[in-house]
Amino acid sequence: MSELQLTELIERYLNGDLSEEERERFEALRRENATVDNRIAEHAHFTGLIKQYGQRVELEKRLNEIHQEIDVNALVEDLTVHPTWVVRMWRNHHSKISVAASIAVFAILSTLYFTGRFNKTTASNYTALSRKIESVRRTAENAQRTNQALLNSLKPRHRVSTPSNFVGSGFALTQSGYIVTAYHVVKNADSLYVQNALGESYHAKLVYTEPTHDIAIIKIDDKEFAGLDKLPYNFKRSKTDVGEDVITLGFPRDDFYYAKGYISSATGLEGDTSAYQVSVPVYEGISGGPLLDAKGNIIGIISGKQTKTESAAFAVKSSYIFKAARSVSADSTQNIITLNKGNKSALTNLSRTQQIKKLENYVFMVKVYN
Amino acid sequence: MNSSAAPTDSEVVFGILNNSETVLKRVYVAYFPMVLQLIINNNGTADDAKDIYQEAIIVLYNKVKGGNFELSSKLKTFLYSVCRKLWLKRLNQMSRYGGDIKDFEEYLPAEDDTETNSERDLQFTKMEGALKLLGEPCKTIIEDYYINNMSMQEICERFGYTNADNAKTQKYKCLQRLKKLFFQQN
Repeated sequence: MSELQLTELIERYLNGDLSEEERERFEALRRENATVDNRIAEHAHFTGLIKQYGQRVELEKRLNEIHQEIDVNALVEDLTVHPTWVVRMWRNHHSKISVAASIAVFAILSTLYFTGRFNKTTASNYTALSRKIESVRRTAENAQRTNQALLNSLKPRHRVSTPSNFVGSGFALTQSGYIVTAYHVVKNADSLYVQNALGESYHAKLVYTEPTHDIAIIKIDDKEFAGLDKLPYNFKRSKTDVGEDVITLGFPRDDFYYAKGYISSATGLEGDTSAYQVSVPVYEGISGGPLLDAKGNIIGIISGKQTKTESAAFAVKSSYIFKAARSVSADSTQNIITLNKGNKSALTNLSRTQQIKKLENYVFMVKVYN
Repeated sequence: MNSSAAPTDSEVVFGILNNSETVLKRVYVAYFPMVLQLIINNNGTADDAKDIYQEAIIVLYNKVKGGNFELSSKLKTFLYSVCRKLWLKRLNQMSRYGGDIKDFEEYLPAEDDTETNSERDLQFTKMEGALKLLGEPCKTIIEDYYINNMSMQEICERFGYTNADNAKTQKYKCLQRLKKLFFQQN
């Protein structure tokens, strides 16, 4: 029996195509001959594998056909977990972002370099900072010192010409001879004299002080003093706005002095709400002088200046004059101070020179002896 | 029952046993997005998803056909777990696995029954290679006879052999060569 014939027999046997007689003979052969038995098993396995392979190919073909009908791209779009826009932006544009960032850093560094920022050492920055703190304190000290200085530097001169130790300015509150001045002017006074523009001196006494707002009220108690004419100015109770034109008068020298400027800030040194900052040239000796608006209303009392800044002076707000006047009135039955109020004063429609001429008679040099 | 909705799990089992074309299609369409989501969000492409998913469907198919498929979990979970495992294996082979996989479904702990499957896959690959090397007309004769169950008579007519014996001889030679090619491969 040839191999071919054997294979054919095996196939027919496995397919069940053998006749009864053939099958019995073949099974007998299979039992006797182990090789034949092996061949049968082997053939069955191999052809089975071919068949399974065919089925697999068929299945894969079917699956591929099904797959063709799915819109995979749309699904991919839907199912991709999209990172946050920041991450996406970074992924898509990280090279551009990096370049932009490098350029920015380079630009900043080169700007800093060319502006010479790197030349300063850290140490100098530190001292600069401390100087700033220092300077804040110094400003405060300076202001105090300036207040002093407005008086002090005049000392020698007046020691020669007059026996007074301090000189300041003041202005009349009433016809009866109440005069308001700065507290620091009269602070250590043993005796006080006031001198008007004509050079007439009168003895005065201290009736009220208010150190916190740098206000003092004195009264002429000289027998020679005959009283004043009606005051040409009013006292303004309300606040004055920044930018308002102002004038001031006083006696930084023996002669009458006039200066004009404007309100530059609604608060004084370091935000002191009781004072204005005034941009007006002031000199020592003008402390206690009046600050008037263009209509001739008293809006404040000159109290000091800032040393660091040109023409930055401070003036106590006029509302504190009202307070002081009230306190004086309340303390005594005799000393009643009534301040002129109202929007229009006798000065309102006068020219500046006429205003000053009128004011001259009501502004005094305050001479302090101690 | 709506044909576009996912078939019930028992429907799928019976459908596969009955060679139902529609059930196969419905199960395929129903769970492909889940697997696509898994693959494309874990360093894979849509084509990877297709390969993995078809492999998993074949695993299911063979299990059901082999009669040893028990619905111990949801079919969805089963397919997801198989795909997950296959994809992890693939990622490892490609050295693309970062040790972290982003999951979208619950999954079963890995079982080792995909091993027998890959053994069979290996044999199929060998068979495919052997058939390719076999050349025509042997390949078609073998396929027609052993896969498509055509009779020798039909093959005779198709290839124009003068008698059935010539065809039988030819088929025998072809089978011998195929065996030789098959076992020569490693």
